[in-house]
Amino acid sequence: MSSPRDVVITGIGLVSSLGEGPDAHWQKLAQPGLQPVLEAARFAPYTVHPLPEIDWNLQIAKRGDQRQMETWQRLGTYAAGLALDDAGIKGNDELCATMDMVVAAGGGERDEAVDAAILAASESRNDRDVLLNEKLTTELRPTLFLAQLSNLLAGNISIVHKVTGSSRTFMGEEGAGVSAVETAAARIRSGQSTHVLVGGAFQTEHSDMLLGYELAGYLHRGPWKPVWQRQGAEGGGVVSGSGGAFLVLEQREHAESRGRKIYAELGPVVSGRARRSRGELDAEIAGLLSQAALPNGKLLALSGASGAHAATSAEKTALDADGTIAARGFSTLTGHMKEAQFPFAVALAALAVDRKAAYPVFDAAAEKPFEGIPASVLATAIGYHQFEGMALVKSA
Amino acid sequence: MTNFRDHMGRPIVAVTGIGVVTSLGVGKADNWAALTSGKSGIHPITRFPVDHLNTRISGMVDFLDSSAKGASPLTYELAETAAHEAVAESGLDSSDFGGPLFLASPPVELDWHERFSLYNSDKQDAGAERLLRVARGLKELDIFETTQFGSIADRLADRFGTRGLPITLSTACASGATAIQLGVEAIRRGECDRALSIGADGSATAEALIRFSLLSALSTHNDIPEKASKPFSKDRDGFVLAEGSGALVLESLEAALARGATVLGILRGCGEKADDFHRTRSKPDGSPAIAAVRAALADAGLSKDEIDYVNAHGTSTPENDKMEHLSLSTVFGERIGSMPVSSNKSMIGHTLSAAGAVEAAFSLMTMRESVIPPTINYDNPDPAIVLDVVPNKKRNAEVRSVLSNSFGFGGQNTCLVMAREPV
Repeated sequence: MSSPRDVVITGIGLVSSLGEGPDAHWQKLAQPGLQPVLEAARFAPYTVHPLPEIDWNLQIAKRGDQRQMETWQRLGTYAAGLALDDAGIKGNDELCATMDMVVAAGGGERDEAVDAAILAASESRNDRDVLLNEKLTTELRPTLFLAQLSNLLAGNISIVHKVTGSSRTFMGEEGAGVSAVETAAARIRSGQSTHVLVGGAFQTEHSDMLLGYELAGYLHRGPWKPVWQRQGAEGGGVVSGSGGAFLVLEQREHAESRGRKIYAELGPVVSGRARRSRGELDAEIAGLLSQAALPNGKLLALSGASGAHAATSAEKTALDADGTIAARGFSTLTGHMKEAQFPFAVALAALAVDRKAAYPVFDAAAEKPFEGIPASVLATAIGYHQFEGMALVKSA
Repeated sequence: MTNFRDHMGRPIVAVTGIGVVTSLGVGKADNWAALTSGKSGIHPITRFPVDHLNTRISGMVDFLDSSAKGASPLTYELAETAAHEAVAESGLDSSDFGGPLFLASPPVELDWHERFSLYNSDKQDAGAERLLRVARGLKELDIFETTQFGSIADRLADRFGTRGLPITLSTACASGATAIQLGVEAIRRGECDRALSIGADGSATAEALIRFSLLSALSTHNDIPEKASKPFSKDRDGFVLAEGSGALVLESLEAALARGATVLGILRGCGEKADDFHRTRSKPDGSPAIAAVRAALADAGLSKDEIDYVNAHGTSTPENDKMEHLSLSTVFGERIGSMPVSSNKSMIGHTLSAAGAVEAAFSLMTMRESVIPPTINYDNPDPAIVLDVVPNKKRNAEVRSVLSNSFGFGGQNTCLVMAREPV
């Protein structure tokens, strides 16, 4: 029974190692036996899914704007532009000025050369605080800070794409992406927003971004394996990827009145915080599955499983235990994209609903085929370290 | 018979607990005493050497156990301390809060002291390669946790027993206000009866100071630290970096009264508007700030004539103060000349991610105590900015409603309207 304030998805912007845009992603992912694009040499012993060559001009017209950003903000601004284009909102001043935005963001790239020089000098200095002052005051490009600030991804989206309603930035790895989608949907259901841009980006090809995982030993080492098969392998299981995912969410009534194509409806979005050190993760995942109001019958699930051993194993066990769920661990093909992970999962779920077809297995050894039309698709993001979220995406 | 719904049929949101920490001290009592006597918390930097630095003063919080331990531990302690005061005042269970947590916090990063210590624990390789190799050999998670954006909120959620996935947010200088706004919205949507909104910032490292300094954002009037922050003055030259935290327990008025809680104030309205002009500068015509103020008034169901006092963003930068004056003059018209507009930042500096929350706390206290804190250091008024800034000395006054402004880098503008009474 549809209602005017249902949340519908009317725009999708995706960038990953597989390419750009919902069509490119669908075409690739619909091919059985797709191999991931991997980079194993540049960050050895770690493997990452690298960004393809991107023509930033296509979404960030002014060179001046591009120069104010490093790759992370460009990626997010670009993916946001793709979503706005896809929804027919780009360039529409009225719609952009009244569009709200929730961005899931980490932080931007540090200057690796400056940092390496400081570290090298620190070996022979015991006045390291003075060393820091010396180097940072003279070597840092003044505007680099803006390229690093978490809320400046949203800031750049406002400047470049003129999205100037309310602007919120959530930080917190996958959980930030979950909360961003959940909050955006709640605003629409309550009538506070008519249309919201929501999403995130993650740029993994930088030593600090890898350090963010590896300080707890989360990264997978050794030969690459699909995301469900990393237990017992060297390292912690996560193979990261660069990528961005933005969605345009809209009130059904608003979308219909402007005659827009609707990919899918965004049903319940549920989230939680398991105290994993107390062994609560299994119960949390089970609880979220039941809150997500899963329909009867077989269900396709786009899982944002990270590969982190404990979290991924707990998720796989829970999804397999529910005999009706056919999971697709898309990180096998995109890598783990942190803040972008959950929006990416929702986007892929929406595409399957829209195209009326499931993805083939991404990993024949660990995933079950799904025949027929997936009228509802589950999207999940169980954080590699903390926080959990799911959403049910339904045919509109 | 109390009306529990506002002019738009939404649950009225009350404040039942307030907590605050700034360079002026821990807790409302010490802060309020200092603020109303025009005392400044700005002092010479002692946390790290100031060799080569153009700005050598700040409003750092140096008196907490974590003050010398790095941004993540200090931000946590600031948040926990303010929240503890707020929750205790509310009378709610301090380990089972029973509502969501919204935390405004600075972005986190591996602290340089940790970087040096990791790096120098080994001799092989160089640069990032060595760091990554040392990292994967670590047995403890404490350094890792300082690099995860969700970790401070996760610890606070454990500490206070808040419900669900905590939200950690940033809208730069507007963050503290956004945390409050998110709590208000969750209660209005009926998702919860109560919410804990915290803004905390303990990130005044040398690198943070240098970053702002390189953008020419900071005052360099180092000689007399307590005089450096001079909002609306002719010779203002930038803000003073500071630390602090503010926490509010927000509850639906209905739930608060039902359990016999003391209502400390009402969150009447919130308004926002993003700016598309520039990454650090506001649109010169002030239109986004004007829109944010008007949106807050509309959300509060109040006319511009019903605001008794403005708690300004008032950073003491040449630009903000000019733009803020223009925006307020445009919204309030001729009345602006007789409305008190003061800046807490004149005394506590710019507490960044905490500012919106700290200043909301002070706004609520302004109404409760019927005393308006001054804008200090107002010795050379800017002739282009004609405002009653409540110069230099506090003023006793009945204040029934406050507009509190927060205008952030990256163009995120948030205004809150608070009232003493529900209607």
